[in-house]
Amino acid sequence: MPYETDYTNQGFTKVGTRVNRPDGVDKVTGRAKYGADANAAGQLVGRVLRSPHAHALITKIDTSKAEKLPGVKAVLTGKDFPDLTGGNRGLMDILENCMARGRALYDGHAVAAVAAIDADTANKALKLIKVTYKQLPHVTDVDEAIKPSAPIIHDWVRTAGVTPAPTTASNVAQRSEFGHGDVDAGFAQADVIIEKSFKTEQTHQGYIEPHACLATLGPDGSGELWVTTQGHFTFRNVCASLLGLEVAKLKVTSSEIGGGFGGKTHVWTEPVALQLSRKANRPVKLVMSRDEVFRATGPTSSTSVDVKIGAKRNGKITAATAELRYQSGAFPGMWAMFGAMTSFACYDLKNVKSVGFDVLVNRPKVAAYRAPSAPMAAFAVESVVDMLAAEIGMDAVDFRIKNAAKKGTKASYGPVYGPIGIGPTLDAVKNHPHMKRKLGKNQGRGVACGFWFNFGGQTCTDLNIGVDGSVNLTVGTVDVGGSRASLALIAAEELGIDYEQVRVTIGDTNSLGHNDTTEGSRGTFSSGMATIFAARNAVEVLKQRAAATWDIPVEQVVWEAGEARAKGKQNNNLPPLSLKEIAAKSPRTGGPIAGHNEVVADGAGVSFASHMCDVEVDPETGATKILRYTVVQDAGKAIHPDYVEGQFQGGAAQGIGWALNEEYIYGDDGRLQNAGFLDYRIPVCSDLPFIDTQILEIPNPNHPYGVRGVGETSIVPPLAAIGNAVSNAVGVRMTHVPMSPPRILKAIEDGQA
Amino acid sequence: MNGVTVSAKVNGDAVQYVCPADESLLDVLRNRLNLTGVKEGCGTGDCGACSITLDGRLVCACLVLGAEAEGREIGTVEGLSEGGKLHPLQEEFIEKAALQCGICTPGFLVAAKSLLERNPNPTEEEIRYALAGNLCRCTGYDKIVRAVQSAAKIMRRGKKAAR
Amino acid sequence: MEVQLSGILSQAAGGARCVACTGATIGELLQSLVLQYPEMQMHLDDGIAVAVNGEIYRDRRDQPIPSNADVFLLPRIQGG
Ligand code: FES
Ligand code: FES
Repeated sequence: MPYETDYTNQGFTKVGTRVNRPDGVDKVTGRAKYGADANAAGQLVGRVLRSPHAHALITKIDTSKAEKLPGVKAVLTGKDFPDLTGGNRGLMDILENCMARGRALYDGHAVAAVAAIDADTANKALKLIKVTYKQLPHVTDVDEAIKPSAPIIHDWVRTAGVTPAPTTASNVAQRSEFGHGDVDAGFAQADVIIEKSFKTEQTHQGYIEPHACLATLGPDGSGELWVTTQGHFTFRNVCASLLGLEVAKLKVTSSEIGGGFGGKTHVWTEPVALQLSRKANRPVKLVMSRDEVFRATGPTSSTSVDVKIGAKRNGKITAATAELRYQSGAFPGMWAMFGAMTSFACYDLKNVKSVGFDVLVNRPKVAAYRAPSAPMAAFAVESVVDMLAAEIGMDAVDFRIKNAAKKGTKASYGPVYGPIGIGPTLDAVKNHPHMKRKLGKNQGRGVACGFWFNFGGQTCTDLNIGVDGSVNLTVGTVDVGGSRASLALIAAEELGIDYEQVRVTIGDTNSLGHNDTTEGSRGTFSSGMATIFAARNAVEVLKQRAAATWDIPVEQVVWEAGEARAKGKQNNNLPPLSLKEIAAKSPRTGGPIAGHNEVVADGAGVSFASHMCDVEVDPETGATKILRYTVVQDAGKAIHPDYVEGQFQGGAAQGIGWALNEEYIYGDDGRLQNAGFLDYRIPVCSDLPFIDTQILEIPNPNHPYGVRGVGETSIVPPLAAIGNAVSNAVGVRMTHVPMSPPRILKAIEDGQA
Repeated sequence: MNGVTVSAKVNGDAVQYVCPADESLLDVLRNRLNLTGVKEGCGTGDCGACSITLDGRLVCACLVLGAEAEGREIGTVEGLSEGGKLHPLQEEFIEKAALQCGICTPGFLVAAKSLLERNPNPTEEEIRYALAGNLCRCTGYDKIVRAVQSAAKIMRRGKKAAR
Repeated sequence: MEVQLSGILSQAAGGARCVACTGATIGELLQSLVLQYPEMQMHLDDGIAVAVNGEIYRDRRDQPIPSNADVFLLPRIQGG
């Protein structure tokens, strides 16, 4: 059934208020159940054995001793996962990443797994598994991996996106090009051209909750999976395909989720846990250690990017190009492509070209991390934009305003923009009191913009009205950061009832139709849309019941302020019927009252942000302190402003960590050297100031309430904003993220030399 | 299993358990006493998700052995609310939207309570340093610090009123 | 109508950046595209997004395409 998704610019009474989240009490009392908090009778402990080598042939695995250890109930290797992928390369990559098949592709790659009666026995069993490796040459650096001399990760990979198709293997899995116009002609018109190369290191989403699941799979092929995930429906489909199960027979329940940021959109150990359970015929609980999370889940790409931008003296950009090399770990990805698409999305450019190269290395399979691939491209582009403004002698914000994309601009990745918020965020930055703060010695200010697509996707929602008039809303997107509150507000708004009357439940895979993974900032956008339609369907039923009670045609009934009202003079004697009253009578007027909706929520509306920050750099130690940080972002419509601000602040903090500290450090042996929170240092409370936010509301024309996705864009500008601020503070252009103290000291030294 | 028998008090209640000599108090609390409000983020003392009090002192449960708790008093997030009434910190964490995913929240609450017992009127900086052992990846700490400030204020007012 | 192909999609059309297609909806358009360029099927299976006058549609195959619309085929985007 088609629905009218257009923005209607209505007034709101509930939406936009700062109510308390309904799951708050559970979460402050320790009652909320996360991935590792569930148990089943007779459960076993699952553990995974991982490769210590970056690249090695597995010539032999002897599990006999482990199998004989009392208390061990199942041992698995790659052989226990027959290929059921039917030639689907993407599925095969997932399977091979879950358990190596003859070759270990990175330090941390799973090679075997056990299930035993307790952790102690499981750990002992792992030690008894004898794996014989033949080490192979490895490569972990993105620029090294492109060189012809680099060891080839997969001999079947031919660079896609190149005509004619290559005939020899390469570590470049894909080339993708975007843009329009004639960049050579554009550069010929430029008065000033700046060209610079940048590097960013690999970071991890760093959610505090490690991956955890409780898997039960019987010999009849039916099972249950309790798991911390952003997409239980997707997990169900993937696990079912990999293990040869019927989708309907595998019930997946998403636990409360302790952070995901993209990292919990992919399966890592869940198929292994299910297979262990099938073999042992007992429930298996598998919880990753922090070390495993770092070594063997999906961090983001490390990158190497060249940017060239030319402009006229009047500040108009005439041409821009970027070449972006992103590593995707040991399996092909599309991450450079997203980098190429987003790199120049903030600007209105006549001549633009960006080319992405997805590169294979011996590192873990890269996964999405909040606005995946955009922050690195923005770091390079926004740095060059700043340099160009300085060269021309123009204010960096004015320069951006002059070139900002607007409604009707042909985006650098192709389509033409509708109403967008980049201009207004920049205007807000220009007029923000933050920009007037006086800078002291060794201090610098930086500004940067960021873009992210956002998307909607398949969504299915149920709304049931109880006989007491309380409402249960069941959604299939996961509550990653307060979306239950936002969705309850929306339902209350549509029905005209109190927010407290609505209870939101995250449905498991057997209680709702398919819901796409909660990614791409889609949670509140798409489940919000489905909630609106489900509520409107329920209102239709409420009106029919009222009409039947009054014995008048339903056309004479309207729904206003939470009650049915009879229209027209002839009905003046009929007092309104509240939702509660109609619900109380429902058993006798036709049974339960419900509204249901399934929708493909397209048109999530692109989103833009501009950030500003002030830093102070200690010239002796190279340490950077963030003095002040401000986020301005377009939210379309903020359903619950607290949680919109929370998304802005959280993304900024992650970006600050990335910009200053966080990085995967690989040794020459190809092993990850800092797989723990001690050496992989994410920002702590004392590292940060309060993070100011300003929410702009430029309605998304494709959502009834004007909502845009808000979750991801906030991580895009920080690398560049801080890069610009540090560069301004030390007087040397920073080109390598993270800008850790040694890197800053070296840059200062090199700058003076 | 070479078990150690331990008697301790958890949130005021006497408990007894048997655990291997090398099992962490975190595992004991979560797996033997079912106090899953105590979270594990790292198991190495780096994230604070497992923050508890031991005889009133703030510690990481993952760095303490279950056997070490003999005769001692353990406080976890489950013991924060009294008589069905939330602690002001719990109230303010909800009110100020100081949690997103909530996995870090139990640790922050225990750590913040311990701070406010030592220092009822901390500055922003004191709060930030006192909570620097607790990692939160979702919030950027902004609303957490504000919630602690606001709870501290409410608790000071409460004390005054009680006097 | 003219359909512009971006990124890796143009390879499936022998390197063309712009191809002629017919169809009143996104579904029909994609059908006509695969008829001309069978290699495109692989990308459709991987997932694709269609921008119609700037609006990006990932899954709505019944979405009508107005005549003279600006139509752009993009690879499907993942998020975090
Ligand atoms: S689990 Fe104890 S500090 Fe992280
Ligand atoms: S709220 Fe998610 S880690 Fe703090």
